[in-house]
Amino acid sequence: MTPFTTHTGIVAAMARVNVDTDQIIPKQFLKRVERTGFGPALFYDWRYLPDGSPNPKFELNLPRAKGATILIAGANFGCGSSREHAPWALGEYGFRAILSECFADIFYANCCQNGILPVRLTPAEMTELFRRYDASEGPYRLTVDLERTEVSDDSGVLARFQMDDYRRESLLKGLDEIGRTLLLQPQVAAYERRRAALLARLEG
Amino acid sequence: MGRTLFEKIWDAHVVEQLPDGGPALLYVDLHLVHEVTSPQAFEGLRLAGRQVRRPDLTVATVDHNVPTGDRGLPIVDPVSRRQVDLLVDNARAYGIPLYDLASPQQGIVHVIGPELGVTQPGMTIVCGDSHTSTHGAFGALAFGIGTSEVEHVLATQTVLLQRPRTLQARFVGLPGPGVGAKDLVLALIGQIGTAGATGHVIEYAGPAIRALSMEGRMTVCNMSIEAGARAGMIAPDETTFAYLMGRPHVPKGAAWSRAVDRWSLLVSDPDARFDRVVEVNAATIAPQVTWGTSPGMVGGIDGRVPDPASFASEADRQAVARALEYMALEPGTPMEGIPVNRVFIGSCTNARIDDLREAARVVRGRKVSPHVRAMVVPGSMPVKAQAEREGLHRIFIDAGFEWRNAGCSMCLGMNPDILDSGERCASTSNRNFEGRQGKGGRTHLLSPAMAAAAAVTGHLTDVRRLEPATVSLRPPEPSAV
Repeated sequence: MTPFTTHTGIVAAMARVNVDTDQIIPKQFLKRVERTGFGPALFYDWRYLPDGSPNPKFELNLPRAKGATILIAGANFGCGSSREHAPWALGEYGFRAILSECFADIFYANCCQNGILPVRLTPAEMTELFRRYDASEGPYRLTVDLERTEVSDDSGVLARFQMDDYRRESLLKGLDEIGRTLLLQPQVAAYERRRAALLARLEG
Repeated sequence: MGRTLFEKIWDAHVVEQLPDGGPALLYVDLHLVHEVTSPQAFEGLRLAGRQVRRPDLTVATVDHNVPTGDRGLPIVDPVSRRQVDLLVDNARAYGIPLYDLASPQQGIVHVIGPELGVTQPGMTIVCGDSHTSTHGAFGALAFGIGTSEVEHVLATQTVLLQRPRTLQARFVGLPGPGVGAKDLVLALIGQIGTAGATGHVIEYAGPAIRALSMEGRMTVCNMSIEAGARAGMIAPDETTFAYLMGRPHVPKGAAWSRAVDRWSLLVSDPDARFDRVVEVNAATIAPQVTWGTSPGMVGGIDGRVPDPASFASEADRQAVARALEYMALEPGTPMEGIPVNRVFIGSCTNARIDDLREAARVVRGRKVSPHVRAMVVPGSMPVKAQAEREGLHRIFIDAGFEWRNAGCSMCLGMNPDILDSGERCASTSNRNFEGRQGKGGRTHLLSPAMAAAAAVTGHLTDVRRLEPATVSLRPPEPSAV
């Protein structure tokens, strides 16, 4: 997994609330057996017109959002289905961080698994970000710094955010979660022995 | 201080609590696997040269991609076929039991787990599917995970989870006739919203919950994810034990009564405290139906399509306006009378034997409305067989329903059962997102009884007016299935 330390990039803004993972990556794309190839399918039904050409009104297709790597999103982003194909698509498209006041639980974890940093900010902080995005002419840029847990633009720091240390360290170092857990093999084996002994006692 | 049901199960499964406010490493008692979210996980395992740690605690089935028509024919879509074939190969390579298309036990993963008795009280259960919360109906801690976590569980039989908070959803009073499990949980989601329980595990309480059959409890727990919950749980009781007794993977003989003794301890202590408590008045709930493109956009059948202007925040006003445009509904339109052209009775939410019985009671002696295409998709092949033993299939077929084989079917349109653009469907499934059942398809979520009523009248209908006496909560019958 690519480590995430600090990233500066162009912002795309999607103010809609409750954007669900069926919109992020529709079901027909779930038939793939690989982890790759989802970039062109991101937000497929919103992104393209019926004739297949880009929908000029779609937030990601706006000229100022071209090349965006940071998404600011409305509340409850990523709700619905657990499909990890959603962050795969977002990641392949180019997003490295998503900022919102609230993410669905499974989606949040899936993002972390794939080196995409989900940042939870307060409603007031999100309102301010959308305001700055709307007010700026041309592309709006943010810096998301996981080491300092700060979000800033060229006027300075706009917000601090929180993340549990385990996930933060995994993202900062690009660690393989399975590899980390396998270091705890002895504890897992000890747990299995305790449970087996307990059940044997209970079942006589 | 006493502990909640959730805390008891959590505490019993922590292998290691990581420091500094980190997640806990939880042992997984049961890992359910299906064909859509597992291919990349098995591939990752293979590339890293890792094994499946506990194939004996893993159970696989095929459900999302499978056609519900003739099982004798090969799957037409080559991409679907490849996914199904890959699971067959992976299950064989790693020694995982698989209920494939030829198996009489095949079905939707969240239907067959309980049927086989692999789902049991007190367990931790995971699956690469958000509706894994279903199994919480047995007093298990059951939740959905992504594909990377599926790989993690295969390799280590554990999952990392930040400890969720607890929310007690207390239903007060008993629902009236025609109001069942699906209505109770839709009303809760309408009340707290689709992010109302984010970061929480919901424990359901109250006499209305105790009165539900296991199938009804599974419906309620299934839909917990639609309120944003991590999981949903209902403490086990006599209803639970009666359902489980005698099932293939459940303890037998003396071990059975010892298991029941253990399981009986799986209740929240009287002095346990929940992080949040939400009360829902069950007695005032009307049969529910969604009008929008999220399960929280819901109300009683006796209500009207709302006006976007009546919503407090700008974001909500825009979301509602957009939803009504997608659904082609005008504010103020009475819900009752909105015409439908498709009806789907199926999905992991409502395709068990009790759901089919509930629908059949409404359909008996009636015909599907001429402009409606209606289908019943049993949740598993054993449910189908049981329904046929009871003659339910004759009721549906004689009325003009299609009677199909088991699978996820039109819940999510990944298989040939799909809505065309603009079609309006009364559906017993769990999500009414834009395009969920087919691009441009319009979904109204409701109960099996309400779906049956819509099928026979051709429009959204208050089932209480159709069948005043017969559709009511009955004491739970133990299922043969």
